[in-house]
Amino acid sequence: MTTVTDGALDAAAMRRRVADFVAAHDPATTEQTEFLTARFDAGLAWVHFPEGAGGLGAPRALQSVVDEEFERFGSVPTGREHLVIGLGMAAPTILAFGTDEQRSRFLKPLYTGEEVWCQLFSEPGAGSDLAALGTRAVPDGDTWVVDGQKVWTSIAHQARWAMLVARTDPNAPKHRGMTYFICDMTDPGVDVRPLRQLTGEAEFNEVYLDGVRLPDALRLGGVGEGWKVARTTLMNERVSIGGRAEPREGGLIGLLTRIWRTRPELRTPGLHEDLLKLWVEAEAARLTKERLRQQMAAGQPGPEGSAAKLSFADLNQRISGLELELLGVEGLGYDDWTFRRPEGLDFTERAPGFHYLRTKGNSIEGGTSEILRNIIAERVLGLPGEPRVDKDVAWKDLPK
Amino acid sequence: MSGHEPDLLYSEIEQELRASVRALLTDRCPWSAVLGRVENDAAEVADPALWRGLASLGVTGLPIAESRGGAGATLRESAVVAEELGRAVAPVPFLGSAVLATAALLAVDGDGPAGPALAALAAGESTAALVAPLTSCPGSAFPDLVRAEGGGLTGTVPGVVDALNADVLVVPARGPDGPGLHLVPAAEAARTPVVSLDLTRPLAVVELAGAPATLLASGGRAAEAFESALVAGAALLSAEQLGLAEWALDTTVAYLKERTQFGRPLGSFQALKHRLADLWVSVSQARAVVRSAVSAVAAGSPDAPLSAALAQAFVSGVAVRAAEEAVQLHGGIGFTWEHPAHLYLKRAKSASIALGTADRHRARIAALADLPPAS
Repeated sequence: MTTVTDGALDAAAMRRRVADFVAAHDPATTEQTEFLTARFDAGLAWVHFPEGAGGLGAPRALQSVVDEEFERFGSVPTGREHLVIGLGMAAPTILAFGTDEQRSRFLKPLYTGEEVWCQLFSEPGAGSDLAALGTRAVPDGDTWVVDGQKVWTSIAHQARWAMLVARTDPNAPKHRGMTYFICDMTDPGVDVRPLRQLTGEAEFNEVYLDGVRLPDALRLGGVGEGWKVARTTLMNERVSIGGRAEPREGGLIGLLTRIWRTRPELRTPGLHEDLLKLWVEAEAARLTKERLRQQMAAGQPGPEGSAAKLSFADLNQRISGLELELLGVEGLGYDDWTFRRPEGLDFTERAPGFHYLRTKGNSIEGGTSEILRNIIAERVLGLPGEPRVDKDVAWKDLPK
Repeated sequence: MSGHEPDLLYSEIEQELRASVRALLTDRCPWSAVLGRVENDAAEVADPALWRGLASLGVTGLPIAESRGGAGATLRESAVVAEELGRAVAPVPFLGSAVLATAALLAVDGDGPAGPALAALAAGESTAALVAPLTSCPGSAFPDLVRAEGGGLTGTVPGVVDALNADVLVVPARGPDGPGLHLVPAAEAARTPVVSLDLTRPLAVVELAGAPATLLASGGRAAEAFESALVAGAALLSAEQLGLAEWALDTTVAYLKERTQFGRPLGSFQALKHRLADLWVSVSQARAVVRSAVSAVAAGSPDAPLSAALAQAFVSGVAVRAAEEAVQLHGGIGFTWEHPAHLYLKRAKSASIALGTADRHRARIAALADLPPAS
């Protein structure tokens, strides 16, 4: 398809490949799915993946070069917000643990957006302690029968497939008795129900699994190796630092400073002090993210990724809290308590009260801030873990 | 600004520079030696042998052009040195001489008397001090503590850093025609040591009584040179604060891994490890903020005043918290004279007041980033 003949895998070669590709597939006139299918076939979907899996086996850092080049040629795929879980988490997990058949079956439609993915990990009884999960998968010939309940599942109502972790050996200690599956969300035993949040709406779902039958070909990784596979997924959840620089006053701090500049009547000395402190912290957090981006582009990823989520959660909460105080009587209002599924998550469209409430989830979703502090303390600083009472006990004997 | 972010990483040259400075400091400036020196009289606290060793590595001439006898690098590289000096809480006149005075001299016409002065500083043959209180904040009015009249300088300036052993003084003074920046042989000034909170950074009261002076710049040029020295100082001080905070974090983490109470390493208690995790996050952020500020200053970017204000508003507090956590989490031993934590605590708290408190830098941010106060 492309005219590239040399095998060089440097930034110049990537630019050539993209130029050759868009010469053959005009982004302005090619339908998006068709364009992305061709881009996948050309190895330009994620260049650090192997050939045949949407990549070229190139260094990961070159992906940002490729993305920038496509953008320069006017190719910015749209309407892909609901693909984040598939692209960011499912794809690297399938790459790491999938069989050849699984890679060739799932990666391409995942990339093009023809198939949407969600994540069936958390349960009512297994949040931070994910390894305590109790959804059972029992073998029945060449099929696994799954029963249980999952929660906090974004996109489940749109998803074709799910990453599922289930317990296959209740007699083993909890970390050793799990297996990872690709769950068919069209199975009649899957029941997706919206879960109403404190914002009034339902971004997430509860997913009930009742006798869901999954062929063994949908198992990802070995039986009993679910925890190892799940950790790959979770690691990628926290490394999703974007490829482009964020401008100063991007994000919620920008909403706050706009109000401050345009509404002088709302200003008080105390709020001014709070505003400046938050501005300083937001700018520090932005520069930290920028430094992490530069490290990744230079092929030296650092452990600052988990720190970024921790600081943004805290900042977002305090900024949106101050926004409400600044607005005074307007801060007492709210825009809409209707129980509904939102289209996307666009903060600028919503009332300040929504900002305040929604950001309360930032320190819970994707790893609570407390768990992230444990991760930093133990994996980055090398501090010892807390004594564990559950490590060598069979899962079935743990207090529930 | 987006898309044109400065390089926030360390170059290979910077890493090599760090390694050689750290090796020298490990060898010649262990904390036990620093603790020994602070028992001396104020004028004997700074370590001249260590300073000569640093000068031989070229750190005194980094931001000075090769044509003027320097290394032809920038304050970005100086900042890496500052990080290491902060980490070692080293008693050397780097901030006063190689940063503040050097930056002031670099900002005036190099063909005049500033040229030979810079060459001598670059070679490590002399040190200089900027005669202004160490609390001077960028953006504040040109100082009027010293008057230029009748061919001499007269006035008293408290809280001057690195003046006790300086050979030359760079003196901002007001004359009948407005601001002027002058060069004064240090021997012409009375320099009285003050007992300093930061034992490792002695301060002096500098008194000038009709001291003979050479005019370096006058009017707006003098004011700009003084201001650019303070901006450079604010950015470079934040690099020193970063190094200090890293030492405090590393040392405390190491201690909590080894210290056992209640049958467990202290570091396994969540109440303690979460504090260190938060501190690590802050130190990581401080590193990005410092790199941004020193890059902007080195490049002469229009963003430099704002970046330097951000650096002081943010990193000062991180360094103080790191030092305070080091004292607290070391428990009883951290409260003793024989443990180095107090040297860092005193340096951190003093540095947070030096070149403007965080509060004054936030006020500066308000002005520079268009976030006006309530009227």
